Amino acid sequence: MEDLKKAAETNIKEYGFPVTIDEKSGALQWVDMRELNVRYIISIENLQEFYEGLREEKLLATKCRKCNELYFPPQKDCPKCMISEMEWVELKKDGVLETLTVIFVRPPSFSNYEPYAVAIARLDDGVRVTAWLNGDPEKVKPGDRIKIEVSRRKEGYLMYEIVPVEG
Amino acid sequence: MPVAIVGAGHSKFGARKDVNLPELSWEAIKPAMESANVEQKDIDFFVVGTAGFWSSEAAVPALIYEYGRFEDVGSMRIEAACATGSAAIRVGYTAIESGEADVVLVLGIEKMQESPNPTVIELIGRFGSYFWEFENFGLTFPGYYALHATAYMAKYGASEEDFAKIAVKNHFYGSKNPYAQFQNEITLEKALNSPYIAWPFKLFDCSPITDGSAAVVLASEDKVKEWGVEEKVWIISQGVGTGTANLSRRDTFTSLKSASYAAEVAYKKAGIDREKPYKELDGANVHDCFTAAEIMAYEDLGFARRGEGVELVREEQTYIGGRIPVNVDGGLKAKGHPIGATGVSQAVEAYKQLLSKAESGRQIDVRNGRFLAHNVGGTGHYSYVTIYGLEKR
Repeated sequence: MEDLKKAAETNIKEYGFPVTIDEKSGALQWVDMRELNVRYIISIENLQEFYEGLREEKLLATKCRKCNELYFPPQKDCPKCMISEMEWVELKKDGVLETLTVIFVRPPSFSNYEPYAVAIARLDDGVRVTAWLNGDPEKVKPGDRIKIEVSRRKEGYLMYEIVPVEG
Repeated sequence: MPVAIVGAGHSKFGARKDVNLPELSWEAIKPAMESANVEQKDIDFFVVGTAGFWSSEAAVPALIYEYGRFEDVGSMRIEAACATGSAAIRVGYTAIESGEADVVLVLGIEKMQESPNPTVIELIGRFGSYFWEFENFGLTFPGYYALHATAYMAKYGASEEDFAKIAVKNHFYGSKNPYAQFQNEITLEKALNSPYIAWPFKLFDCSPITDGSAAVVLASEDKVKEWGVEEKVWIISQGVGTGTANLSRRDTFTSLKSASYAAEVAYKKAGIDREKPYKELDGANVHDCFTAAEIMAYEDLGFARRGEGVELVREEQTYIGGRIPVNVDGGLKAKGHPIGATGVSQAVEAYKQLLSKAESGRQIDVRNGRFLAHNVGGTGHYSYVTIYGLEKR
């Protein structure tokens, strides 16, 4: 994109418009002068306990007080019982790896990270968790035991991750 | 009221830097209206499937209305991730079935290359659960399907080479489709030596980022009779399923529950045997956004039993002449995958194949007169299975 912007700047001066010629097709392109920067502000008002839990290295889920259904990611409401009487419970941090991948081609917003492994694990409580795998992805396979840990990201904030259990 | 496709049009798929959005749309609308022998005034309703985000224009139906000189017509924009095109067909189909409209123009259009590739990768990664999957874990679209591929490999012993064979097949047929983005055959070695995108997927396991459009004109049985339409393909049935946004809320990663459900609904309504549906179908287009997705589709659709989809690949049973020809237009892999256009492109393919209008070297044998299209949005977030036929149900 930076190359295109430069070409457009040059062409504004020389030709009068922010244009460029597409390298492959030779077709004339207008390089948009308007840039959109998007960053969402997302309510976590009803997930406060979840983040308090992470601060204490706990992984919390919500549980319906009537039917005992566990919700992860946590939900404010139980749609089975149509009620909102939920309690926060701590999940067992042990489980089994179900699947994984390694993201080589990263989105630009993750370009400050090296290729990372993402896994889905089933915790012994029955719920599944998607998170980064902190371990050598070549040395693990579906069915291996894992545990959940909380660590600080390169960006400084706390997040849960899936860690293979040795042996 | 039975509904038929009475006209179809398709643009060349690819990096279409030579045209803007309405111009690209018109490349499909014009042949669709001409083959249907309809004019603007005949259209009661106009549905546009486009996912957008990466392209500049948002009011696409109005833009096309203006460009195409339509008048006094209702319109609607539809989005269902990569199943957007099929969702647009559903709106047109149900509008006619309910008696609200007689003639509907359905357009699928996507101009993904108006944004640079990294931006598109960023945006498609958000087609899952944004907050619990993308925000902190940076999943990409290849990543979501790679999680399924890994699970399939572990459970059924499939290999990266098996996946590559799908790419080889789809490029083989893409080479015979003048509308395909990639019209070149590839070798197994080339596919296997390409760089990793999201392990176990390499570059040649992935469908490309594509500009393209496809359009169909749908008409009620009354109109078909009134106009004496000879060249037509009926929409026999359509099943639609939905999956959870979070993959972690699912029980299995070796199939897409929403697709199995959509197939069940479509087969039931069409009166097709769920056990061996391939015996009643002449061919199919399935959603091969990634190679392993095609194998899962074989199983979700009942073309093979669970775990045996990979055998169909090894035995080349989905080439023309095998158990059931699949993606003989090149599939998403070689034809290209302009998200909003894909489902409509599948309908155009059904129309061409059943009416024996496909290009040389990729025409299937039409015996049963039935063709299936399987279109998946997200990673099974939305699934559409549509059965097209020469005879109405």
